[in-house]
Amino acid sequence: MGLGVQLKIVARGEKSRFWAYGSPVLAVLATLLVTGVIFAVLGRNPFVALFTFFVQPLLNDDGIPELLLKASPLITIAAGLVLCYRANIWNIGAEGQLTLGAIAGGGVGLAFPNAPAGILFPAMMIAGVASGALWAAIPAWLRTQFNANEILTSLMLTYVAQLFLLYLITGPWRDPQGLGFPQSAEFSDSATAPLLIVGTRLHIGVLFAVLAAVAVQLILTRTVLGFQLRVVGFAPRAARFAGFRENRLVWIAMLTSGGLAGLAGLFEVAGPVGQLTADISPGYGFTAIIVAFLGRLNPLGAILGGLLLALSFLGGDEAQIDLGLPNAVTGIFQGVLLFMLLGADLLVSYRVKLVRPAAVHP
Amino acid sequence: MIDASFVLSVVAASTPLLLAATGELVTERSGVLNLGIEGMMLVAAVSAFATDDITGSAVLGFVAGAAAGVVMSLLFGLLTLTLLANQVASGLALTIFGTGFSALVGAKFVGIALTGIPKLLFGIDAMVFVSFAALAGVAWFLFRTHWGLVLRAVGDNQDAAHALGYPVVRVRYCATMFGGAMAGLAGAYMSLAYSPLWAENMTAGRGWIALALVVFSAWRPLWLLGGSYLFGLIMYLSLYVQGLGVHVPSQLVSALPYIGTVVVLVLISGGGSRGRRNAPACLGRAFHAAS
Repeated sequence: MGLGVQLKIVARGEKSRFWAYGSPVLAVLATLLVTGVIFAVLGRNPFVALFTFFVQPLLNDDGIPELLLKASPLITIAAGLVLCYRANIWNIGAEGQLTLGAIAGGGVGLAFPNAPAGILFPAMMIAGVASGALWAAIPAWLRTQFNANEILTSLMLTYVAQLFLLYLITGPWRDPQGLGFPQSAEFSDSATAPLLIVGTRLHIGVLFAVLAAVAVQLILTRTVLGFQLRVVGFAPRAARFAGFRENRLVWIAMLTSGGLAGLAGLFEVAGPVGQLTADISPGYGFTAIIVAFLGRLNPLGAILGGLLLALSFLGGDEAQIDLGLPNAVTGIFQGVLLFMLLGADLLVSYRVKLVRPAAVHP
Repeated sequence: MIDASFVLSVVAASTPLLLAATGELVTERSGVLNLGIEGMMLVAAVSAFATDDITGSAVLGFVAGAAAGVVMSLLFGLLTLTLLANQVASGLALTIFGTGFSALVGAKFVGIALTGIPKLLFGIDAMVFVSFAALAGVAWFLFRTHWGLVLRAVGDNQDAAHALGYPVVRVRYCATMFGGAMAGLAGAYMSLAYSPLWAENMTAGRGWIALALVVFSAWRPLWLLGGSYLFGLIMYLSLYVQGLGVHVPSQLVSALPYIGTVVVLVLISGGGSRGRRNAPACLGRAFHAAS
């Protein structure tokens, strides 16, 4: 190109520690900039809109508990996804596994509404985890046995799970007193998630979210299993030479992430939703993918990522009420954020240089 | 039972799959795995719908749809080809962004119905012929032309292609843009001809099914044709059975195309090694020239 300088991408010798932490920050800032521009294009004052989107939700009375409530499923699911993605296992069907967890866990609650809470709720949690893991076991089995691509199978099963839920709440599980709405009966008190702070909607699910993130972090950094998962992801050939049993790792990662997604689904229906309906999740299973990347595939980073993306859900609601903006703004923010994260990741392994091309080669 | 309208409905259900899958076939042959078809289709569907609604021209609608697909694919290209980001994650980002963006733009077009597009011959519309022509053109280009060979070389051995002096990244940009344009036509077909109206998330996983079809075809154009029409048939049957008043829960019938996709993937991936042998060797790998 005739212009004096050119941008050139040059490989760094080793990964930059600064940009390992700096790139998510840069990505968030760039996303705020782009979101502000989108608000401006929509004819809103970008500063007012950004304030409404990102600050206003926290200023409400129950702002912090609501933030933690929304962050819980994201963190729980993302912790499991981190385990998968580190090993290059692409489970993108967490939304379906969440749905199955909600169905089975909720189903136990609906079947025994009068059982004592001390038995019923743990049973619901176990059912949620088991059914989420079972739904993830299908792509795991198809990959290990038939070499079928888990990206496509896990995603297709998400559609199947959602249709199954729809079938249940419009058919056999429909609330006879529900005036024909597609929803199940409401859960009894003993089938409802115990609250953590009375007077808010925050329930004990948030404790399990933190527990999940810490546990995955320990597995990845302190166990042989975690080491093997990281090697399979980073250097699959080396893992094969080392004799790691890749199929076993696929099973472990898929079952863990499916089980955690199922647990998140159970806590959603037994917590804020309170019954089985067609929209038990605003896409937590997909947003958790972004959370995992925002945390740079580190479970503790996913806690921070989960909080930020929980804020984007609250902000979307706030912007809808206060500014009359469509809720879809949340999806745009999340998509742009993932773009920016992936783009900014370049800086970790590469250096962007301004170079003056040599005029004439001798 | 099987009359002309049945056949036409199957053709209409198959056409968006064939359009999108033909584009992705070329993209993947160059070594680029774009999982964002669903997002490109949605943005194209809403762009085409808005253009048709405002200008009253379906042709302009399709042009707008293809253009929207190209723009989206350029975003993907920028991330994966220039900034060397992970292709799987970038494709997901494209779909998440496209879903949100199309819902935002499309909010004011919900509830409007268009007239559909004119039929050309025997009740078949022009885009059906375009889908066949595109497939034939792709087959000819990939296997009968110099640049088709270069494109396949780039997908199978990026380092060798680079060493021979072929512009790996530029070829991949072109293949990715072609995939975007075709996904755009597929999305436009959904909102202008198939429905013809705009609704949030109206593609309902067709972009993902198109991806599965490329795997099913083992990256061969003729098999893509068969696969697209097989799935068009399954998709239409799930509507048709509900219309017959058979006592089957409609949701379970609607799940058929998705279950069918899983079954097909299993049969293809497990049924011998042809699938894996044909897969472009550099599919999904980033390319960064050392010098």
